[in-house]
Amino acid sequence: MVETLVLIEHDRRQVKRPSLHAITLAQQLGGEYALLVLGHGLDEIAASLVSYGAAAVIVADDPALAEPLADRYATVIAEVARKRGTKTLLGTSSTFSKDVLPRAAALLDAPMVTDVLAIEEMDGSIAYRRPINAGSMLATVKVEGDRRVLTARATAFEAPAANVAVCPTERFLFDAASLPNGVQFISREQRASERPDLTESRVVVSGGRPLRDPETFERLVGGLADALGGAVGATRAAVDAGMAPNDYQIGQTGKVVAPELYIALGISGAIQHLAGIKDSRIIVAINKDPDAPIFQIATYGLVGDLHQIVPQLIESIRRG
Amino acid sequence: MTQGQSVEKILVPFKSVPDPYAGAAASTSKSVINPFDEIAIEEALQIRERGEATEIVGVTIGAPAVDEQIRAALAMGIDRAVRIDDARALDPYAVARILRALVEKESPQVVIMGKQAVDDDSNQVGQMLAGLLGWPQATFVSKIEFLENKTRARCTRETDGGLEIVAINLPAIITTDLRLNEPRYVSLPGLMKARRKPIETLTCEQLGVTVRPMTTTLSTSSPTRRAAGTRVGSVEELMAKLKQEAKVL
Repeated sequence: MVETLVLIEHDRRQVKRPSLHAITLAQQLGGEYALLVLGHGLDEIAASLVSYGAAAVIVADDPALAEPLADRYATVIAEVARKRGTKTLLGTSSTFSKDVLPRAAALLDAPMVTDVLAIEEMDGSIAYRRPINAGSMLATVKVEGDRRVLTARATAFEAPAANVAVCPTERFLFDAASLPNGVQFISREQRASERPDLTESRVVVSGGRPLRDPETFERLVGGLADALGGAVGATRAAVDAGMAPNDYQIGQTGKVVAPELYIALGISGAIQHLAGIKDSRIIVAINKDPDAPIFQIATYGLVGDLHQIVPQLIESIRRG
Repeated sequence: MTQGQSVEKILVPFKSVPDPYAGAAASTSKSVINPFDEIAIEEALQIRERGEATEIVGVTIGAPAVDEQIRAALAMGIDRAVRIDDARALDPYAVARILRALVEKESPQVVIMGKQAVDDDSNQVGQMLAGLLGWPQATFVSKIEFLENKTRARCTRETDGGLEIVAINLPAIITTDLRLNEPRYVSLPGLMKARRKPIETLTCEQLGVTVRPMTTTLSTSSPTRRAAGTRVGSVEELMAKLKQEAKVL
């Protein structure tokens, strides 16, 4: 029996690093934990997971799982959880786990807690702290029943340390022909980027509506990000206006980031956006409106015109 | 199905939430339809207006006070609404189990709902409902097109890695993301018409479903606020702070 099963996410080539942060929550919960990875052609990915202190790496590898289709994935995940007597099924908050895990929870007849930030002991049982109302409030919740499903916020848990001991890899065998067939994968947008992943980058530069158009957005936000070796993010307004693709969106309904340095260009600071950035170590805000709410949480604020300031900043960074 | 036949029924579950744009200063909390569910309602209306659906049924769960949001949904243009009379603090799994009973009663071909409620931010109900029903799901959707005489739908999903396109067999659950559409404003004639549209009230007992929430909120608190920092007067000063004080460059 493994108490906790941690779902690991990958992009076919490698493990997505934030998905490892859920392992740290598994360690805090105590007891044995196993890592679960689904897909096709997973040998290298599975091999990269053997030194995180798990009892086993469980691999569900089959052509039927080549694409992360929720109906199939949830079925296999629930089957593994049931066979292993798992009490806690756990993943890192991402569109992948938010798609798949609630469905698996329903199949397991288990309640679910989204975006766990911390756990605390309360009257002999575990309570989970999570953000609500776009992170403007924190709720402490407890769950009943033998099983539960959780997603952990990657920014709230450290990456786990890899150790020397190596755990076994086990192949999970299942009847692929009996899997649901109601969802067909058609295509995925392929956008090659040299920039680091938004949720993993040490530096994030993001832009809001005043960037006006995709060219200006790329020149100023992209240009500053490149000067710093950072990732590019955007507000909902900038994405809605077509200045940046959807996966750049940071905030309540987009990505949550907590880099060493977050630079907000032309971002007023709606709570929905702040929900995604407020755990950043240093926040720099550059905005022409001196009353923009972003200045209330920024470590350093500079009032002025982006179109003049950002090129100067890029120049200054490049000079060293 | 014959050529051009429309989806007979779309079910749109929606939640009443405190107005997320009211601001912290608002003394009275006004309730609104959860913005993501409003997008779901709008999408159902556009599908019907294109002649691709016949009837739109809205459903919400709550005390009689949520009738105000039901009227708003009816005023937007849905055909009829069901209120499941349950004033308890339900968790997503309880909501999903109640909705399953209603789906079984109404037999819609498509359920469209918001990907998350902006008060609780759980992002669970649609996926749980799909799992309970054994139906296909497409979550975080920013475009819907029906295929092959409404036996399938092609959905564009907003994922962390960019856009993904899937086709789902109907009946299915679709959860909406922000960029699916821009919900319409309620018109005065719409409001007048809404008064004459039926709101059916059902209890869980009448639906034959017994649920008890398995999640309890023990307490809520305010997160620690970041202190406001320093204003700098120039790029040079900012660079100096980042290098010497913050040591991030």
